[in-house]
Amino acid sequence: MLTLNHLHVYHGHLHVLKGICLQIGKGEIVAIVGANGAGKSTLLGTIAGVYSPKAGEIIFENEPLPYGKVEQIVKKGICLVPERRQIFGDLSVKDNLLLGAYHRYRNDFQQVMRDYEHVLEVFPKLKTMLDRPGGLLSGGEQQMLAIGRGLMAKPKLLMLDEPSLGLAPLIVKEIMKLLRQLRDQFSTTILLVEQNVRAALQIADYACVLDRGEIMMQGKAVELLDDERVKKAYLGMQNKKEYNIAK
Amino acid sequence: MDGWSQFVQLLFSGLTVGSIYALVALGFVITYSVTGILNLAQGDFAMLGALLCITFVNSGIPFVIAILLSVVAVMAVGGLFERLAIHPARNSSIATLIIITIGAAFVFRGIAIFIWGTQPYALRPFTGNHSLNVVGAVIQTQNLWAIALSLVSFIALYIFFNKTYIGKAVTACVVNPFAARLMGIEPRKMSLGAVAVSAGLGALAGIVIAPVSGASYDMGVMIGLKAFIAAVIGGLTNAPAAIAGAFIIGILEAFTEGYLSSGYKDAISFGLLLLVLFFMPNGIFAKMSGKRV
Ligand SMILES: Nc1ncnc2c1ncn2[C@@H]1O[C@H](COP(=O)(O)OP(=O)(O)OP(=O)(O)O)[C@@H](O)[C@H]1O
Ligand SMILES: [Mg+2]
Repeated sequence: MLTLNHLHVYHGHLHVLKGICLQIGKGEIVAIVGANGAGKSTLLGTIAGVYSPKAGEIIFENEPLPYGKVEQIVKKGICLVPERRQIFGDLSVKDNLLLGAYHRYRNDFQQVMRDYEHVLEVFPKLKTMLDRPGGLLSGGEQQMLAIGRGLMAKPKLLMLDEPSLGLAPLIVKEIMKLLRQLRDQFSTTILLVEQNVRAALQIADYACVLDRGEIMMQGKAVELLDDERVKKAYLGMQNKKEYNIAK
Repeated sequence: MDGWSQFVQLLFSGLTVGSIYALVALGFVITYSVTGILNLAQGDFAMLGALLCITFVNSGIPFVIAILLSVVAVMAVGGLFERLAIHPARNSSIATLIIITIGAAFVFRGIAIFIWGTQPYALRPFTGNHSLNVVGAVIQTQNLWAIALSLVSFIALYIFFNKTYIGKAVTACVVNPFAARLMGIEPRKMSLGAVAVSAGLGALAGIVIAPVSGASYDMGVMIGLKAFIAAVIGGLTNAPAAIAGAFIIGILEAFTEGYLSSGYKDAISFGLLLLVLFFMPNGIFAKMSGKRV
């Protein structure tokens, strides 16, 4: 469904992504993990059209994606739930959700309203605070709102950048369960960037480890969970000294 | 005329001028909120609206249609200005963009001199020379038109931004342009609409005030400056505060003119601007409410 061929991305002179090759099939959950500054957000941002690659191509459903054209890429069915949620703080929860469907509300508003009801079923908590400004929600609630808003775009490929950031372990678990549900219910393909490696690998089908702009390892998520190097570097199964060196 | 009726008279004249400033100030706020640009040609849209309307009326076009036509024409001018001058330079520094708008203001004035010359023109009042007698004060119906039309515009804008889907999409662009783009909302398209609507508001202001104080190629300068002060009072992004500021300036001016001397009229608003810039660079009302547009 999505293929990345030798993708090179720069931030100014900084060579952030160095020839990324990746394949994602329809209905898969793929996790991307890696240290801070490895280029995970840059990768998602490049697919979403926020950044333009210097070289390489992105192929989505057998068609090359236009580079750096965020608004067009949303229409093609790719939606990024960005780092730090980025909800519309002044707008109500309801408006935040409805604006998620901006690229398609003109064509079929009835359908948008049906999807809106559906998203509220997925996040019953949001239903109790529809008129509250998004900025006044708690971190976890905002995260649900951000994911809900992303779902309102009805993407074929949903990309989430650190959805668990700053959330309590219980809520993280809830969100991971949700992503699984989403895939099962909406058959949405999910590309997930996570610092919480264990949680991500537990729900993902495939995973890859990004290290300083290169894919260091990729494979079935269960296999990576068992991999000694991953255990050492990301799952904290080692003594403190080694952990510091690995960082 | 006793004291009380003079007071009412001045109050109404202040409200009239205030509503004109408010319309233009809203233009500042909308353009600034959506595009981040301080459009110093904002007052000249009022001039273009007034002079165009006068030309249309003199050429025999029915009054209402002439008004609508000139508002639409000025919106088109605003849209062209955004496409030709602002959009190509959108990545330049703020200072460059402001200088572009100042340049545009001179172009608008130059074109106006070319077409209409430097002499003042008059427009007949919307509904004849009737006047109302309120506790001894004589209120022209044109004053009521000014106040009513600006109120209608405020309400229309309020409904647009708070009750319509597209209005909320514009707000989303203002609040978080990055997230808005991720949702497929195009801030750049919004920028075109914002400048056009601001131009339309300015045109309406110019048309409404023309029967009261006439119209000439340079009428936009003072209107623009006063409206700018009103917008600054609200920190440039707070519409209700800008409206309040506009009415405060209008009323202060009217009372200064009536009770002291017309010479102090402009000094008052510039004094106010200096005070605001010195003590509250973010606007008097900016802290009270973070709500924009
Ligand atoms: N807009 C930008 N301009 C310049 N440099 C950037 C920009 N965004 C990211 N970088 C740099 O690119 C590198 C990769 O950043 P990126 O945000 O992709 O990392 P990440 O893997 O998402 O990290 P984290 O886990 O901390 O979110 C970093 O060194 C960062 O400083
Ligand atoms: Mg990141």
